[in-house]
Order: sequence, then structure tokens, then C-alpha cells
Amino acid sequence: MKAPGYLSVVAVVAALALVPFVTSSNVILNFLVIALLIALVGQGWNVLGGYGGQYSFGHAAFFGTGAYTTAVLQVQYGINAWPGFAIGIAAGALVGAVIGFLSFRSGLKGSYFALVTLAFAEVLRIVASVAPITGAGVGTLIRLDVRFEAFQFQSRAIFYWIILALVALSLVIVRMIENSRFGARLVAVRENEDAARALGVDVMATKLGAMTISAAITAAGGCFYAQYYLFLDAGIAYGPWISVEALLAPIIGGVGTIYGPLLGALVVKTLGEAAKHVTGTAPGLDLIIYGAVLVLVVGFAPRGVAGLLERLWPRRSRAPARAEEGKSRD
Amino acid sequence: MTEPLLGVHNVSKRFGGLLAVSEASLSVESGRITGLIGPNGAGKTTLFAIISGFLSPSDGRVVYRGRDITALPPHRLAREGIARTFQVVQPFAGLTVRENIAVGAHLHIAGRRAALAAAERTGEEVGLGSVLDRPAGGLTVAGRKRLELARALATRPSLLLLDEVLAGLTPSEIRDIVPVIRAIRDRGVTILMIEHVMQAVMSLSDHVFVLSEGRIIAEGKPAAIASDPKVIEAYLGHGAAQRYAGGAAHAH
Repeated sequence: MKAPGYLSVVAVVAALALVPFVTSSNVILNFLVIALLIALVGQGWNVLGGYGGQYSFGHAAFFGTGAYTTAVLQVQYGINAWPGFAIGIAAGALVGAVIGFLSFRSGLKGSYFALVTLAFAEVLRIVASVAPITGAGVGTLIRLDVRFEAFQFQSRAIFYWIILALVALSLVIVRMIENSRFGARLVAVRENEDAARALGVDVMATKLGAMTISAAITAAGGCFYAQYYLFLDAGIAYGPWISVEALLAPIIGGVGTIYGPLLGALVVKTLGEAAKHVTGTAPGLDLIIYGAVLVLVVGFAPRGVAGLLERLWPRRSRAPARAEEGKSRD
Repeated sequence: MTEPLLGVHNVSKRFGGLLAVSEASLSVESGRITGLIGPNGAGKTTLFAIISGFLSPSDGRVVYRGRDITALPPHRLAREGIARTFQVVQPFAGLTVRENIAVGAHLHIAGRRAALAAAERTGEEVGLGSVLDRPAGGLTVAGRKRLELARALATRPSLLLLDEVLAGLTPSEIRDIVPVIRAIRDRGVTILMIEHVMQAVMSLSDHVFVLSEGRIIAEGKPAAIASDPKVIEAYLGHGAAQRYAGGAAHAH
């Protein structure tokens, strides 16, 4: 296949896959698992927000649905975690399609769309905090059962490779979107809806497709979270924290770029850890640093870390882009 | 005998108390350039938006190839072979010229590479060959107008609706783009163009309709339209035709 851009995905994933051979430190692996989880959740957001221009503030709705579906199916219905994982992704995608249908149909854009997605996530959070099936206020605990069949592993390295595989899959999906007619239409919708419409783009269908893919990817992050921590409550699964993480990573990393969410997640999580170290026990100080960095990035690097890198090393990062174009031309 | 490609039948559009278009009818014959002219505020843009599916009329219908298309949204019209440009150019600013045109090409071409290749050919046709890899946001006004043309052409339309493509261009830019529009017609694409600029549209059109205060007040060959007193009055005000004629006879 001559389709451009997959080589770099393979290289990045291969490099990351080697980490557990270099270090066996659980602290480092745990840190990377969380960073990759955020990269995955952020990549979901990036499909809709970065490529489609529809800024969601409620990706917790999909994360939480994936997480709860996986957990509840195991705890309440005794369904195995592996199919539970797949069903969780499908449930997240469905919730995405429904929320997308309702909000795009009403023509909600920009901040209105952001507010409505936030509202949906909050409604789900409140429902989950009182509904018996989710364990209400107590939360849901998945029984410890460290076996491959139960999707539980002793070794952090296995979890690391699993989340890396999911991230790899999301990168491939995004690359496929970039090289497809659907992707071209999605970006056209982001840039100018009326012009896209005049050129035969079904704006509603395009947004809805993006929202469904976006929700599925983010839901996969939720499913993984449930298996990794084995505990959920409404505030974790549907809380605004994950909606913020989902949009922070791509915005810091580079909105609408394939590596933006991954770069952003690594930068944000590294900063978060560093801030905790520096501030020691002072509560909340690390969050202030977090916020300050966000302000700086939005102010001085509107295209995120990816854009900043390109500005710093223009020749190196532009050359492959041009080579890619050349390839796609002949 | 031959049915027109596009027929607009008694279309009216009301915005609250304002009647922007009032029972306007016109027809566009296949293979021709039809002009729709009129002074500012005549309702040209409203009528255009109705034909292109961006507005629905309060009354009347639009018929294309014998089919009622009044209720169809723009993206369906594009599939039927009707493409439009925008008066206020609407480039996908963050994309290159080639990528912009490819969005249009994707209407009939699924593959990314094939669409980009088709976009390149269409771009060269309208004279954008040298700027294909530039971001569309950096084009000059004339370049953007050409980009509007190229994107619409890339959808391989049978009917091309041009919304003031000449407005905002310098006389020399107009001179450059007129042959491009003629070449499009000569390839078999029927064109309906709305213009405020009289001169250019008169030299391009095979047939002209004049819209004034929401009504079609005249139609015919460009030469006949230019000397029609009703048209002169619509542009220059009541009594202008008389003054104009009188002034020509005995310049006081």
C-alpha cells in the first residue's frame, strides 16, 4: 500500500513498545499507561474536535459509558471482560451517535455544542450516581481475578502494551481518515460548512460519522480504565475531569494533527508530575501550573506542540510532508 | 419543444413583512450562459439562494430536468449536477488550493489520490496551476474567485450557478476570467450567472433576465436589454430613460 504516513506510525509505536524492555520500574510504566490512556481518549476528541471542528466539552459521556458498560456487564451479568470491552466500545459509539444526532440536528455549533455535550455528560453522571445498576454512590468494584481470560494482568508491562496497541489502532484509524474522502469532507466541514454543502457534502452525516468514531475511541479508553483500576464511581467515569483531559491533550499537542494527542498527553502528564514534585504537599498548586501552561500554549503556540516543533525545525518537519504530497501525486 | 434545463416558476420569498422576491419566473436553456442582472437590493442573491437550495421559497417551485427540486438541500443538488460559487468567497482557508478543489472532486471520486489528481487538472483549467500547493487563505481576490470556479467545476456539474464571480475584480482581472467562463460553457456546462457588473455579463450572456424590486421586469438578448427603457429606469431611477433619450437628442 502506497498510502502515505503509516511508516511514522509504525516507528512511533515500535519505539514506545520497547520501553518495558528498558525499564521495569512500575512507577514509570504506570505513568506511561496513564499518559497513553489520555492520548487515546484525546485522540477520540481530536477526530471530532481537531478534524471536524466540533469542540466537545463532554467526552466523559463516552468514556464513562465504555467504562460502566464493561464493569456492569461483568459485575451484574457475569459477562466476560473481553466481549464486555467490545460491547463497551459499541455502547460508547451509540451514545455518541445519539448525542450527535440530537445536537447536530438542532444545528448546534461552537460554544452551544460544547455546552450541550457538557450537559449530556453531567446528566449521565448524575444518573450514574443514583442508579442501582452502577452501584450508585458506592461505585462499582470489579472482582480481582488476575487471569488473561478476565482481562486482568499481574504485570504492568502487559497493560502497557494493551493500551499502546489501542493507541496504535487509533493512530491507524486517524491516518486512514486523513487519507480518505470522509476525512477530506470532515475537514471541509470544519473549514466552511456552507461551502462544503455546496460541493455535495452531507454535513449532518459527516459530523455524525465523526462523532461516532470519536465516541468509540474515547469509550475504548473508558473500557481500559475499568480493567486497569477495577473500580468506578460516577465522578470518575462521567466526571468533567476526563472531558478536560480529552480536550487538553490534543489542544496542547496540536489540534487536528495525528500525533497531537499523544504529544500533548505526554507533555501534560510530565508537567503534572513535575509540578507535583516541585510543589510537594501544597494542595492544588500543581493544578495552577497546569492552567498556566494551558494559557501559555494557547497564547503562544496556537497550533500546539506539533506546530511549535514545526516552527523550530521547519526544514526537518516540512520535508516529509512535501515528500508525502509528492507520493500521493504520482 | 426543448424543455429548459432549469425552470423557476413564480417563486416568491417573504422575510417577515419584506417581499424580497415576488413571483419571479425564469428559465435557463441548456448549453447557454444565462445572465440574471439587477440593481442592488433587487433580490438577486435571495433568488440565487433559493435556486441553489440554501433558502426555501415562500411560494413557487424550481424545476430541474423536469423534476421539482424546490425542497432539495444543497448537497443533494450537487449530486444532481448543480454547483454554485459564492459571492463572498468561501475558501477552506486552512487547506491548500489543491485540497480545496479535491473536496469538489470527491463528489464523484472516492479515492484520495484520484481526487487530488483530478483537482490538479481542474486547477490548471482555471489558471491556478502555479499555486496548487499554496494555502487557499493566501490567495488574492482574483485567485479566490478562480478557486470558487475550480471547486464547483470539480463536481462535474451540468448547471453552474455563478454568484457575482466578477464583482470585486479589476477590469484587467475581469478580462482574464471572461474567457475561462466562456471555455466552461463551450465544454457543455450550462451557466446561470448573477451579476451586478452590467458590462461583462452583457458580453458573456446569451440571454439575460432583469430583476428589479423582486420582480423579473425584462428578458431577452443582451443588446435588446441594454436599450430597454424599463431596465434603464430600474438602474438609474424613474424618468431616467426619458432624460437619457432626451439628453442624447439635444444636449442642453
